[in-house]
Amino acid sequence: MSRFLIPAAIFLALAGVLYVAVVHSPNKSTMQSALLGKTVPAFSLPVLGNPGMNLTNTQLAGRPWVLNVWGTWCAACRDEHPVLLDIAKQNVLPLVGLDWKDEDDAALEWLKQLGNPYSVVAVDRDGRTAINFGVYGAPETFFIDADGRVQYRHVGAMTAEVWQREFLSRLPRGVLP
Amino acid sequence: MMRHLRAVLLAVLSALLLSVSLPSMAFDIEAMPTPAEQKRYDALIHELRCMQCQNQSIADSPVGLAEDLRRDVREQIIAGKTDAEIRDSMVKRYGNVILFRPPFEASTAWVWLAPFLLLILGVFVAVRIVRKRASMVAGDDSVVDTDESAR
Repeated sequence: MSRFLIPAAIFLALAGVLYVAVVHSPNKSTMQSALLGKTVPAFSLPVLGNPGMNLTNTQLAGRPWVLNVWGTWCAACRDEHPVLLDIAKQNVLPLVGLDWKDEDDAALEWLKQLGNPYSVVAVDRDGRTAINFGVYGAPETFFIDADGRVQYRHVGAMTAEVWQREFLSRLPRGVLP
Repeated sequence: MMRHLRAVLLAVLSALLLSVSLPSMAFDIEAMPTPAEQKRYDALIHELRCMQCQNQSIADSPVGLAEDLRRDVREQIIAGKTDAEIRDSMVKRYGNVILFRPPFEASTAWVWLAPFLLLILGVFVAVRIVRKRASMVAGDDSVVDTDESAR
């Protein structure tokens, strides 16, 4: 009897370990940012539609803001765009766009056609700033607090529900609409 | 004859497969200024995960992000950073997941220890089986033995 019991027990234990490993394997949508709780990486990038001007992280310090990484080549960005427009209408958190590895003309055309939810859009044409933010796919959306620390990162298209649960809930009391 | 034919067919097929799969890695991997730097660069880009494709290294992937990360490694080497500093900068931005060889930490301990534990378990089981068989032979005075000597 024990001849079969022991191998069976080992098999079940191994199967259990593998099951847990598969279920908890880092999934793209649940993988949290390595920057969580850390200060945002320094950047200084040209402003879309205003190439003479630069946007820096220090200009944004002092109040919470949201960074949305997008590009006109990104299909899911088109899907989330209406949600971003709704968010912009609430007018509680400045939405800063990071136009990632994109063409300025295409990006401007996109905003003209679909509407512009952003307070300002920074152009990251060669993707250096995105790397520093640990971005691995668009769209990604970061919540940055008044101290310039990353508090949350959402991977994939923004939804009204995620916005409510993970972004608005992180605002200090009294700011909510 | 049949066996010969099969071997030849197999050889031709594998040669075909190889010749097809090699040119598919046709994206450019930038050259480094010195052979020593080239060696470090090649080693580093093979141990960093392409975060967009997860099971490829940034050396194996033609996607834009892998290209950007290769450029980052290249620039850091030229700027005089050590391998450890470069790995560290990657982990700071992307987390341990970006390393194919994760560091030994509480959360990754089982990854490193499991093979050794399984090896010990395997040796234990093997020793037990061998001992059991040995004792069976030693205590064996069955008729088979006498049959054998009688032959």
